[in-house]
Amino acid sequence: MRKMNISKCLVGIAVLLAAPMIVLAQQTETHIGKVTGHEGAGRQLYFRYCWGCHGFRGNGNGENWIPTGSFPDSPYLNVEPRNFVAATFECRSTPTGTLPTDEDLYNSLVRGLVNSNMPSWVTLTTQNRADLVAFIKTFSARWKTEKAGTPITVPPEPALTVQSIQHGKELFTKLECWKCHGPEGLGDGPSASTLTDSNDEPIRPYNFSAGYRFKCGTSNHDLYKIFMTGLDGTPMPSFADVIKPDDAWDLVHYLRTLQVYHKSPELALWMGTKEGAEIVKAEKVRGTPTGSGVNQ
Amino acid sequence: MRGKYLLSAVVVVISASMMAPARPSGGTVSGKITYEGTPAKQKPIDMSKEPSCAKQYTTPPTTETVVTGPNNALENVVVYISAGAPDEAAPSKAAVFTQKGCRYLPHVLAFQVNQELNVLNDDQTSHNIHPLAKINREWNKSQPPGAPPIVDKYDKPEMIAVKCNIHPWMHGTFAVLKNSHYSVSGGDGSFTLPNLPPGKYTITAFHESYGDQSQEVTISGSETKTVSFTFKAKPY
Repeated sequence: MRKMNISKCLVGIAVLLAAPMIVLAQQTETHIGKVTGHEGAGRQLYFRYCWGCHGFRGNGNGENWIPTGSFPDSPYLNVEPRNFVAATFECRSTPTGTLPTDEDLYNSLVRGLVNSNMPSWVTLTTQNRADLVAFIKTFSARWKTEKAGTPITVPPEPALTVQSIQHGKELFTKLECWKCHGPEGLGDGPSASTLTDSNDEPIRPYNFSAGYRFKCGTSNHDLYKIFMTGLDGTPMPSFADVIKPDDAWDLVHYLRTLQVYHKSPELALWMGTKEGAEIVKAEKVRGTPTGSGVNQ
Repeated sequence: MRGKYLLSAVVVVISASMMAPARPSGGTVSGKITYEGTPAKQKPIDMSKEPSCAKQYTTPPTTETVVTGPNNALENVVVYISAGAPDEAAPSKAAVFTQKGCRYLPHVLAFQVNQELNVLNDDQTSHNIHPLAKINREWNKSQPPGAPPIVDKYDKPEMIAVKCNIHPWMHGTFAVLKNSHYSVSGGDGSFTLPNLPPGKYTITAFHESYGDQSQEVTISGSETKTVSFTFKAKPY
């Protein structure tokens, strides 16, 4: 009897020893340039830096976040942390509805997300961030069954012209960007107050006049990707099927001029025209929805 | 070894489905969906922010979270077989979802897993189609006037709430189902599920505001069984 117990014990120990090896074999890895990220190392980092907001289970229910409307209301955060279990990500180079690439997630860690509580993690090493991305990918089974989407092609940026800005302005009206972002990009369009994200939490459209960073980057290239891929999980849709690449660049040029407090070649060129100078001057007058007919 | 088993299982399933004779006309389940209590009063939609849609109506249309008919009939309830029927391949005909007058036609669209879905914009304004899928992929696409139909399909069964963020009153439902035995209740609350082979089925009725209910039904031969569902209406 005792002998049998011992042999059972031995089998048990053998299984216990073998288990981590099996897990090790299935570990998620990421490749950021020449750096390979490992899930195991990422786990350590996640439970040091991330879980306070993103939660023990990665579902965005960390102790810093309590959903809107509950009491007491969220003590520290006013924007819901990303739910990694749902695997829906805003900042992608891939089409709407697809998983982002490893680089997309990595870049979000480097940048942080403007107008949210997600800081930039430049203080960590490249290796650290690559490890974290590998661990974040273990929260959803989607990463096991689906491949990341194919990044959209961003053609080279054409030369900046006044015509390009003017055409972008027409597109801004025609595609009804202003319904949410407002006629002057102040984030005050007619639908702005009704917007909610996919978890029914209120969300504000981007105000172009406040600052220069966009949700997913700062460059014209990033801006192109934002509206072509859409920000999944938010009201911002993808325009990839409805805007031609040339038109998209025109829109990028115009959107830059809405950043009236940020120096850019687009704004400088626009300010050089009579039409542009008037519009920008009016936009700097706060509290006027159209900017016209105001005596100051 | 495991792969081999799986392969042979797949072969068996495929050959079985190929050998199966054409489906007999079989039995029918029909019935009526009703509510009890006081349903939420539907409010007129203020479309003044979208004049191109507002001008299509002489009296403002109302919200459609609960649509009722005479004799406590409940409309827009998806009745489907949730268990007992085999999964079926998608039909070749596309399911069509139209945006017209800043509303969704139909309000509830039922279709099968992997069936083609076409989303059309008949309006003179841009819409964004945002199906809030949780099990399937969530996407969100802009569709300006005159843009070609958005074509997509879903590979898992799910009840998906659909909304347009630009026009916050626009809400609808995609019912993605595993087989072709489904029906959406009409204005009189009635539904029919024809051509059911003999067997034991779980019939489920889903309403976007009142959730779902299930009942067991056993069909033998070509009989017609009556199944009725009653939803408890909440006044708010």
